[in-house]
Amino acid sequence: MTPEEDRQVRARQKSRAIVTGILLAALVILFYAITIVKIGGGH
Amino acid sequence: MASSPIMSKAMSPALPAHWRDFVALTKPRVMTLVVFTGLCGLLAAPGRIHPVLAFTTILCIALGAGAAATLNQWYEKDIDGLMKRTANRPLPAGRMDPQSALHFGVGLSVFSVLLMGIATNWLAAAVLAVSILFYVFVYTIWLKPRTAQNIVIGGAAGAFPPVIGWAAVTGDISALPVALFMLIFFWTPPHFWALALFVKTDYAAAGIPMLPVVSGEVATRRQIWLYTAIMAVAAMAPVLLRLTGLVYGIAALLGTGLFAVFAFQVFRRRESDPARMGPERRLFKYSILYLFLLFGAVVVDRWLLA
Repeated sequence: MTPEEDRQVRARQKSRAIVTGILLAALVILFYAITIVKIGGGH
Repeated sequence: MASSPIMSKAMSPALPAHWRDFVALTKPRVMTLVVFTGLCGLLAAPGRIHPVLAFTTILCIALGAGAAATLNQWYEKDIDGLMKRTANRPLPAGRMDPQSALHFGVGLSVFSVLLMGIATNWLAAAVLAVSILFYVFVYTIWLKPRTAQNIVIGGAAGAFPPVIGWAAVTGDISALPVALFMLIFFWTPPHFWALALFVKTDYAAAGIPMLPVVSGEVATRRQIWLYTAIMAVAAMAPVLLRLTGLVYGIAALLGTGLFAVFAFQVFRRRESDPARMGPERRLFKYSILYLFLLFGAVVVDRWLLA
């Protein structure tokens, strides 16, 4: 793998890690909200 | 795998797929109508649902549709590479390895169904699961490569969202969501065959037995007109069965009338040059607007009745 390819792979991995992190954080918030609604008898 | 034509086109087999390509697999543009009809089913249903659970329901419908689209593209990666319209999708273009797409599609399917079951109820989750399985196994794998009637039966997969939205609120399935299911079911053939008329060469190149390829344009135009007539009955059914009121009735009458005018123009034409298929493109574009109009009218109508 050339240095340029290595740089491309790392950049791609970094962007995927950031998006995965954002999605996981969003899911934590969503599951927290669902739990609160369910406990509170909102449905 | 490294010797397959797909991987040979890739920039580099070691380069992981971009996250944008995972989003592209879910066909976000197609999802709009699915999400809207699901939302309308949810809003038209009697009873109340907490906004967080309503949001989760729509999210699950969107994720389920995205999962089905992903699995469809995984299965059809070779066919997609033969059509100009689809050749630049992540798999045929070699920007992603097929296994990643398969894992993503299966994972998204399971996640969307489980989340729906946990957040709302298991009837809504079951209907969501059926819609994904129907799209992948009945439409994509079984019908699409075998029969020109593929989208007639396969169209049922796209008709489930209002039923899911309704079931999420009420926990049951009654006459109105079934009527809305029938409306989308009979709307799908004229909608897709209008598109198939002006992208016929693409389907022919890929060997997909779409109606214009197998039976010719004249038969397709006749079938568009025939299914428009059946769709008109389905569109008026909610009013005739007194499931909706005057607002929907007027919208359905005017909207379907215009649909019939456009469909009749397509029926009477004998143009075979895709570049000159203005009325066919107009029918396709209007068919999308038509579904938005009627489903919006259902919600307004039900709210006024309530």
